[in-house]
Amino acid sequence: MSAQSQTFYNDKVVRQFTVMTVVWGIVGMLVGVLLAAQYYWPVLNFDQHVSWLSNGRLRPLHTNAIIFAFGGCALFASSLHIVQRTCHVRLISDGLAAFVFWGWQAIIVAAAITLPLGYTQGMEYAELVWPIDVAITVVWLAYAALFFGTIAKRHVQHIYVANWFFGAYIITIALLHVVRNLAIPTGWMSSYPVYSGAVDAMVQWWYGHNAVGFFLTAAFLGMMYYFIPKQAERPIYSYRLSVVHFWALIAIYMWAGPHHLLYAALPDWAQSLGMVFSLVLLAPSWGGAINGILTLSGVWHKLRTDPILKFLIVALSFYMMSTFEGPMMSIKTVNSLSHYTDWTIGHVHSGALGWVAMISIGSLYALWPRLLGLKQMYSTKWIDTHFWIHTVGVVLYIASMWIAGVMQGMMSRATDPNGTLVYPEFISTLIETKPYYLIRLAGGVLCLIGMGLMLVNVLKTLQQAKNPAPQPVLEPDAAQARA
Amino acid sequence: MVSGLITALLLALFIGGWIWAWSPARKRDFDAAAQLPLNDDAAPAGKEHRP
Repeated sequence: MSAQSQTFYNDKVVRQFTVMTVVWGIVGMLVGVLLAAQYYWPVLNFDQHVSWLSNGRLRPLHTNAIIFAFGGCALFASSLHIVQRTCHVRLISDGLAAFVFWGWQAIIVAAAITLPLGYTQGMEYAELVWPIDVAITVVWLAYAALFFGTIAKRHVQHIYVANWFFGAYIITIALLHVVRNLAIPTGWMSSYPVYSGAVDAMVQWWYGHNAVGFFLTAAFLGMMYYFIPKQAERPIYSYRLSVVHFWALIAIYMWAGPHHLLYAALPDWAQSLGMVFSLVLLAPSWGGAINGILTLSGVWHKLRTDPILKFLIVALSFYMMSTFEGPMMSIKTVNSLSHYTDWTIGHVHSGALGWVAMISIGSLYALWPRLLGLKQMYSTKWIDTHFWIHTVGVVLYIASMWIAGVMQGMMSRATDPNGTLVYPEFISTLIETKPYYLIRLAGGVLCLIGMGLMLVNVLKTLQQAKNPAPQPVLEPDAAQARA
Repeated sequence: MVSGLITALLLALFIGGWIWAWSPARKRDFDAAAQLPLNDDAAPAGKEHRP
């Protein structure tokens, strides 16, 4: 062990991914704000003049930018940092790390060009055309080699629970991505999926829901299991609960996909299966979230002074809200009201802006000064300001969409005593919804302003750091060291 | 019949997992593992906060 040739951590790739997380967060939210404005002022579609600014083209750009560019970069940064620090070893290859960073950025740029131009496979979260899908597979396998190779070379006996979550995410996303995008190319920009009909729909939502389960949940839980103990300066409340949490979550998530297809052509038993697994999912979701929150027991006072902990803990609160809401919405009778309404949009953003964005923002605020050898960010006060702007933004967003969604559902099913629909025309729900679209836009603008403040804070902190010294790989405690 | 057996097997697996995780023999290892994020910095950052 003393004959260690590389004695410093590879923080370069983590820094690169951290900065790009903030940049792509701003881009993704900016597109989201434009889309929200288009719902209120349809003229902003400009579809008489330029088709690439229309809502239909930009919506997949927004979802892909937020999930795979913003969320993806946050996960690359945190996983590659955490695996090095908890394994006490440098990443196995600098070349591979650079390839993963530049490859992923190239894929994001390719997505940002092809989606507005209208090149799509037409499958939610799997819109990108097949040559980009092949590139994603290559970069993802390089990432897997980098991550698991580093785990294999670890100097610590135990593999920390955060790495288990990241490992499950890397394996599952590889599987999901390949199975969903299996297609027969008919040209450079076109292909036919190998599935059809109800089977295609089932594959789509097996993919779509597990993208939520493993990309947007399991991996961000890995972030949570490292940064909450780190920031609270206390070990996780119950390590054994985290082990049960991990296995229960990954075992159950796989089967919840059919809840996206309730009352569809999918066989009824499969719909019921999806509903039951979605309901059971509440248990591990809340178990894990409570494990994170109780880590603060004894040091709750830190929430008063540390806005980073506020981000992390409020992220878990939104996680608990949306993992309660999700199972509830997958009950068939509730779903008959909520499906095809803006309630779904509210639910998704409770997860994306509340859970995913807040846990990422909090983690990166904790990570960034450490990467630069500083004690704290340029301005802790700005972090607090960001916290409040973002929180108010999320609440405006999800509350307006809940009200709009329930209203749309009630109007769509309203009948008079003769059994005739009271609002047979779609436009009548749309007119009632319009004020809520303005509130939603205001919420989105607040979140975007917060990200702008974060970028300034990140750059100012970088400026302070001048020339950060590389950080040496520490020898683990003798009791934990791997022979 | 088969689905009942599978359900029983999964339930046994789940309970077995709990017993494994809560067994006293594991406690020392888990306590050490839980410290991993806390002792990986040369100089712990972020301890001081501006008021």
